[in-house]
Amino acid sequence: MTKRTVVHAMFTVERTYDATPARVFEAFSDTAAKRRWFAEGDGWTIDEFAADFRPGGIELSRFRYRDGPPMRNDTVYQDIVPNERIIIAYSMMIGDDRISSSLATMEFRPAGGGTRLILTEQGAYLDGHDDVPQREEGTRGLLEALDKELKRKRA
Amino acid sequence: MFQALSDPTRRAVVERLSRSPASVSELAKPLAMSLPAVVQHLQLLEASGLVRSEKVGRVRTCRIEPRALRMAEQWINERRTSWERRFDRLGEYLAETRDEPSKRTKPRK
Repeated sequence: MTKRTVVHAMFTVERTYDATPARVFEAFSDTAAKRRWFAEGDGWTIDEFAADFRPGGIELSRFRYRDGPPMRNDTVYQDIVPNERIIIAYSMMIGDDRISSSLATMEFRPAGGGTRLILTEQGAYLDGHDDVPQREEGTRGLLEALDKELKRKRA
Repeated sequence: MFQALSDPTRRAVVERLSRSPASVSELAKPLAMSLPAVVQHLQLLEASGLVRSEKVGRVRTCRIEPRALRMAEQWINERRTSWERRFDRLGEYLAETRDEPSKRTKPRK
């Protein structure tokens, strides 16, 4: 029987761009623009990318990395404040396995003449996989890695 | 999960459990705190999915959930890396389109 577990976590990613909040926001609101930086990239095959940019609207992307399994991102736009904020709820699938369901908030803050973009993701990270062997010995190394990560975050 | 492991007591408990399962009183023994305080830490670890426990008779035995730790860590890293990669490409996109007129702004005279 598949062992189901769920772990909740939160992380942030920040960037400052030399572009106005309006321009950065447009890179999210314009479907062709968003496809270009969000979905396309070296080694990625885009099988589908469609976005309906409005609260309640759905964004769907299906893609593969090199010879990897098909992946899928199902997004629902929750909140849109032009040039200021976007909140989405999205799930990631690899093959038939849902690996995470998350709430992601993107804030566009003026910074000098540019924009500070702050992404905060709060997620439920899932483990519904049968084929992962129990590996108690791996836990110690992982804890050390987590400890390093925590120290890095505090710094 | 990071919150669950941000506390030295909880990290000590997880480290102890990564060697073998243990009862609550065994876990409390080396710690300089009351049993209810230890139970509170264990509840937080259980809520985070890192530890699970089972009560047999009067003894509650705790064990690590290594799969949750490993898989969750992998997915969290994957999500973070994927956003970092995308935001790097967004920077490249913004630099490439710097001189193009914005689609949503009317051309200036």
